[in-house]
Amino acid sequence: MNNTEEDKKPKAEVPVQKQINRRNFISFTTFTVLGVAAYGGWRKLYTSPIEMLGITGEAHKPLRRALNKSELFFRNFFSNNHLVKTYPKSMAAKVVRKNTSIGADSRLDAANWRLQVKKLSGEVLSISIDEIKALTKTDLVFDFKCVEGWDQIQHWGGVRFVDFIEHFGLQPETKLDYVGMETPDKGYYIGLDMNSAMHPQTILAYEMNDMPLPVGHGAPLRLIIPVKYGIKNLKRIGSINFSNHRPHDYWAEQGYDYYSGL
Amino acid sequence: MLIYWANDEYKITIFGHTYVRFFPDWYYNLLHIPARLAEGMAFHFLFMWFFTLNGIFYVAYTIISGAWRELVPQKKSWKEAWLVLLHDLHIRKMAPPQNKYNAAQRIAYTAIIVMGIGSVITGLAIYKPVQFYYLTWLCGGYHFARIIHFGLTLGYVFFFVIHIVQVIIAGWNNFRSVISGFEVVNTDTPKKLAKDE
Repeated sequence: MNNTEEDKKPKAEVPVQKQINRRNFISFTTFTVLGVAAYGGWRKLYTSPIEMLGITGEAHKPLRRALNKSELFFRNFFSNNHLVKTYPKSMAAKVVRKNTSIGADSRLDAANWRLQVKKLSGEVLSISIDEIKALTKTDLVFDFKCVEGWDQIQHWGGVRFVDFIEHFGLQPETKLDYVGMETPDKGYYIGLDMNSAMHPQTILAYEMNDMPLPVGHGAPLRLIIPVKYGIKNLKRIGSINFSNHRPHDYWAEQGYDYYSGL
Repeated sequence: MLIYWANDEYKITIFGHTYVRFFPDWYYNLLHIPARLAEGMAFHFLFMWFFTLNGIFYVAYTIISGAWRELVPQKKSWKEAWLVLLHDLHIRKMAPPQNKYNAAQRIAYTAIIVMGIGSVITGLAIYKPVQFYYLTWLCGGYHFARIIHFGLTLGYVFFFVIHIVQVIIAGWNNFRSVISGFEVVNTDTPKKLAKDE
């Protein structure tokens, strides 16, 4: 097809009219076929089967594939040198937004709380909150982002995950691909790719706005990971494990992107 | 086609101080899409590839084929677009002379390309605000980037509605020429009805 205007002047009436009809036929057939194909493709996608519940669940199969492929593509841009923007403490919200308490709505047994870390050797470290508080504290004031669309500048304090790993001699474990974390009652659980977990701004937080972490915000210890959406920021951590496979993940089972990286 | 991303839950409902509820409950119930954020996001992150690649191919083709000459606004377009508007609203009888596209079309079609680029940039800025922090900064921060991204989407809806209405008003011969790529103009045989575009 030429892009210039073609004014068909009906001088030699019959052949021109014929030509017009022919080209009309071809174009409209193409248009209709493409239109029907587009609609059919959309319907096929919209009614495509839902994946079986595994590590991920609830998503249309082709869409899950797209999420996983997009993850692979965008992971190429991940770097520990890319830091989340930080703010002065004065900008942090006084009333910090609370979305859910899944996995942390039973009464907290603070006295008996221990962080269980499953090592590769099979050994389980049982770490008290005081041992964690003895490590170098890092403060982080950043814009917390939720998949629902809201964001809020919040101030958290705790130990950097990298510092925690180093102190407890967990370097061999970080050779694996994933970190899993669960609440003590296993009601909420998340999986993180190792790079994101080892990002220098990932912290195990025990303070909020310079005060001890309130129960509603995940006392005694919660995850704050700025390179992920809020759904990965597990409250009331009970155990940590390491794996070469994706650990199970509460929201990924319900149709959300497993990676959910920012 | 736009439904998949209207699934975005109540997030932009609280835009400002809830004086504008973009997606009130009745809207979701009407479309049968309550609380399907995960699904909406999954669709969004598939279709972002189509829209972006389609935009890239379109712009590349327009440049290579030289079709951009018909598309990019000219100096006189701004003034003429006003006259076109007056004409289309039946305030003015005559429309300025035009080639393939009139001045208003040139502006609108170029604007939509600029908007598309804006959507990709603000989209990346909110999709990976830590990795593409410079884009987020460029867009005035995460929150503002979201607002722009949403504003642009409203712009597409607006464009779409006007576009369709205009196509219907322009009539069959115009639509036929859009599909086939050529226009039939009866010159010296006014037997059939001569359509004024």
